[in-house]
Amino acid sequence: MFEGFSFPVLSAIIGLPIVMGVLILFIDSQRRDIIRGIALMTAAALLVLSGLVYFGYNAGVTALMEQQDALLVAETDHNATEMFYRSIAYEERYDWIPQLGISYHVGVDGLSTPMVLLTGMVAVAGVLISWNIQDRIREFMAFFLLLVAGVYGVFVSLDMFLLFFFYELAIFPMYLLIAGWGWVKLRQYAAMKLTLYILIGSVVALVGAIAMIVTAATYFETEAGAAVLTAAQTAGIVPESAQPFSFNIVQLTLAAENGAFNQTVFGSETLTFAQFWFPFLFIGFAVLAGVFPFHNWSPDGHVAAPTAVSMIHAGVLMKLGAFAALRVGVQLLPEGALVHLPWIVFLTVINVVMGAFIAFRQRDFKYVIGFSSVSHMGLVAMGFATMNVTGLHGAGLQMFSHGAMTALFFGCVGMVYDRAHTRDIPSLGGFFRRMPWVAAAFIVGGLTSMGMPGLSGFVAEYPIFMGMFDASEVTLRIGSLELTNYYPILAIISIIGIVITAGYVLRVTGQVFFGEFDAGKYPEVGDIAITDRIILFLLGVPLLVLGMYPAIMSPMIEAGVRPVVALLGGGF
Amino acid sequence: MEILPFDFLTHLPSVLPELALTALSVLILFLDLRLPESQRRLIPYVAGLGMFAIAVIPLTTAPTGDLMWGGTVRHDILAQVFKVIVILGGALTCLIAADTRELGRKGEFYLIIIVSTLGGTLLSASADLIMIFVALETISIPLYILAGMRRNDLRSVESGVKYFLFGSFASAIMLYGFSLLFGFTGQTNIYQIAQYLNSEVFYNNPVPVLVSIVLIVVGFGFKISAVPFHFWTPDVYEGAPTPVTAFVSVASKAASFALVMRFFMAVFPETVVINGLVIENFWAALMSAAAVLSMTLGNLVALQQKNIKRLLAYSSIAQAGYTLIAVAALQAGTNSPDVVEHVRQQAVAAITYYMFMYTFTNLLAFAVVIIFSEATGREDIRDFAGLSRRNPWMALTMTIAFLSLAGIPPAAGFIGKFFLFNAAVQAGLVTLAIIGVLNSIVALYYYLIVIKVIYVDHSPDEDQQIAISPTYAGVLTVTTIVVVVLGVLPNVIFGWLLSGAAMM
Repeated sequence: MFEGFSFPVLSAIIGLPIVMGVLILFIDSQRRDIIRGIALMTAAALLVLSGLVYFGYNAGVTALMEQQDALLVAETDHNATEMFYRSIAYEERYDWIPQLGISYHVGVDGLSTPMVLLTGMVAVAGVLISWNIQDRIREFMAFFLLLVAGVYGVFVSLDMFLLFFFYELAIFPMYLLIAGWGWVKLRQYAAMKLTLYILIGSVVALVGAIAMIVTAATYFETEAGAAVLTAAQTAGIVPESAQPFSFNIVQLTLAAENGAFNQTVFGSETLTFAQFWFPFLFIGFAVLAGVFPFHNWSPDGHVAAPTAVSMIHAGVLMKLGAFAALRVGVQLLPEGALVHLPWIVFLTVINVVMGAFIAFRQRDFKYVIGFSSVSHMGLVAMGFATMNVTGLHGAGLQMFSHGAMTALFFGCVGMVYDRAHTRDIPSLGGFFRRMPWVAAAFIVGGLTSMGMPGLSGFVAEYPIFMGMFDASEVTLRIGSLELTNYYPILAIISIIGIVITAGYVLRVTGQVFFGEFDAGKYPEVGDIAITDRIILFLLGVPLLVLGMYPAIMSPMIEAGVRPVVALLGGGF
Repeated sequence: MEILPFDFLTHLPSVLPELALTALSVLILFLDLRLPESQRRLIPYVAGLGMFAIAVIPLTTAPTGDLMWGGTVRHDILAQVFKVIVILGGALTCLIAADTRELGRKGEFYLIIIVSTLGGTLLSASADLIMIFVALETISIPLYILAGMRRNDLRSVESGVKYFLFGSFASAIMLYGFSLLFGFTGQTNIYQIAQYLNSEVFYNNPVPVLVSIVLIVVGFGFKISAVPFHFWTPDVYEGAPTPVTAFVSVASKAASFALVMRFFMAVFPETVVINGLVIENFWAALMSAAAVLSMTLGNLVALQQKNIKRLLAYSSIAQAGYTLIAVAALQAGTNSPDVVEHVRQQAVAAITYYMFMYTFTNLLAFAVVIIFSEATGREDIRDFAGLSRRNPWMALTMTIAFLSLAGIPPAAGFIGKFFLFNAAVQAGLVTLAIIGVLNSIVALYYYLIVIKVIYVDHSPDEDQQIAISPTYAGVLTVTTIVVVVLGVLPNVIFGWLLSGAAMM
């Protein structure tokens, strides 16, 4: 159903930035044009490859949905797993550490394909916006490409070990980029804070993941488990060589589907493995998505980072956290999700509303965007918490939409700051006259952010709220207390966040871009270079396209979230 | 396990590396006496490259797993692996000392390093209480001398004396433990003690055995610098000439871990039960406690260090703590018997892998420290400011070394830590694994600070380039490549290590 390529496209996507990043380090640091050129060519090649993957996947998605429809009614014990496995395209699998069941196993599914495209877009934009960096551009570009490689790696990993490998690989270049090239006042503090926050989450998740694999192995060694595994091998879902002890995410999904993680732990009567580990795994990754109360690193991190890193960070890396939380948390521990997401949803509401309120109060242009990211990522997590197709589908779209939008925002802020040398909103004004392109792009981003119909924000946020209303039967149990029907109320509360969003977007737009321009104060402010215009188009146009024609992304995301919902035991 | 009857030719391969090292040491002694001053620069290369050649010897012999030489050494894959680690550690130590002002032409330094390496290789294979003691002293006594080698430097002298005093106390206490074991069982061969421990001689009283374990742990804990036997570490690391510090931190530690694994698994396997007390659980608990203490204390104290060598000293205490997690995992928890065997092999392979990659990582870090302090005469962390402008290659290799210590991919430390925690979780030690990963976050802080200083901070003399001699360029390149390759393709050695674990 998916057209293959004559070469391993995903390995090329991961390998290219690593090879080029290392290569750049060998170039004489004075030859800035060559360095920038190589970085740009690499990023452009990545965008092209990502585009090929995206449209290749999109071409096969109708057939995939039909196949999934058939699987929904099939009578096997690996329905959901097979739905997941069939949605994987461009799969590659090689043994890596076979003794431990670890393989180099990559592939994209409906959720990761848009993320791959997004990463390509932001990579190009990031290189372009860093065009005029003076200080050690060689190291900057090398680390940036390494960061991009790590991000791609997480999105395409189908092996748990590989996922952690790339996840942690991405963190370190980010630290150096922020600490080395960020905003002098804040960079060292913010870089360290961000790194520690994110790594604490991920290492605890790593222990949980190993425990999960051990549990799954124990299950597959039982008679019933062995039968399930054999059946799956016959169906071609897991490789013939599959051992019980395996880091293969497909195989772990199989274990999850058959209840391997529902056994009780610590001698407790009621506490199951999934219930115990879910918070560590989900929140461990969701730290990177900025979920309350672990969002604290995010605004400081975004503000301190150089523009390119803010773009990739808010644009892609936060999605990486959300994506991993969904893939490792919800997909593999659905029984834990059913217990814990009903309270985690409260955190996401706080994210949405509080993030918007704080953004409203900021004077610093970049902090506004930083807190707006916290608010919008709350919506993604809220979409996860609905646990139905509508809401998860919205979350998937929101990940892409917010990624492009925030990258665009940070790009605009960077362009203004480079010329005005301040980000203090009240002292800016009238920039529309000097930088019309930036103003236009910012307004497009702002309208997306408010959820204006016709732009991608609406397409994404509407299903999330719909999903919240659909999820009214979700039950929260605290002791003997049972709470139902509260999701719609939470949805209404979070709409306050959207209203506030409109408020701060309009305020910032009005103060920065309209009003009187003080030419004496800002002598350097002029129109932007061609490279900057490319950035604005690259990130702005998808917002419009997705807003006008959601069918370009919507089906693949639906195909991606269906297996998750099937694992959660939900209907369609 | 029976002792193979003596036959010179079948027993010879098990000590071939040791014989070669002895020959090399004689050669160095000869060169040291006869070479004219102008050619003495050759000595380190003869020693270093000679040891590289010798490191191949263990690989050419096919280990049989038999006890040889009257039961004093065991010819198995684990010994083979650790011999390679120790000899490579010694070889790289010689090369990183080659261009230093104080040691570059001192023949006796290389001679003593080779002798200490010889002790390490013997220790990796020793299977007899007497042999263990002799091998341990063969490693240690040369190191006491080397630590105090800078006779004009009070810190160096202090470190030598301190190392000697602590070391001899620890050895004496350990020897007392050995003598108790010997007294109870009448055996010195570690593979034969276990069967006597299970007999009726104890009248169901486990106390004597527990006492002997505690005493022996003191000696082992000293060698691997585990808390609470770590007090010598920071002072010796700081005071000793840096190449000596490098050697102490890797070769002597790796060999000691080989001993710890072999000793506990041979002498106190799970079958030893006295009065209902499974002795294995006792030493595993001791190891867990030592792991938690070492990691936590090492990391917390490392946070405040200003001197790079002291930082690496506390870091090495913490690293010993991580490794001890897998030592505790050797008891393999409450799994079914064949799973126990599997988990145990994973733990052994994890420890071995960790020591393998740690040897290269730490030598890389120390090599950069040596090059830097030779060029600038400084060893404080803040002096490294602007290193990325003074020499980008040194900065990059130092970064890779510190990433590896911190456990960040693609450096080998990530997979090393992963193996350790994996073994721990499989053995049911989830809490210990969590403490381990949280500690690795604390550690990340101070490792990142160093990397930050290198890349971000400015210093007044950052315009002065630091030159690297060809020898050092070679050492840095080789160790960096090894660290990255081990981090990306662990299977290069992992299968070998697992087969070593299976043969134990």
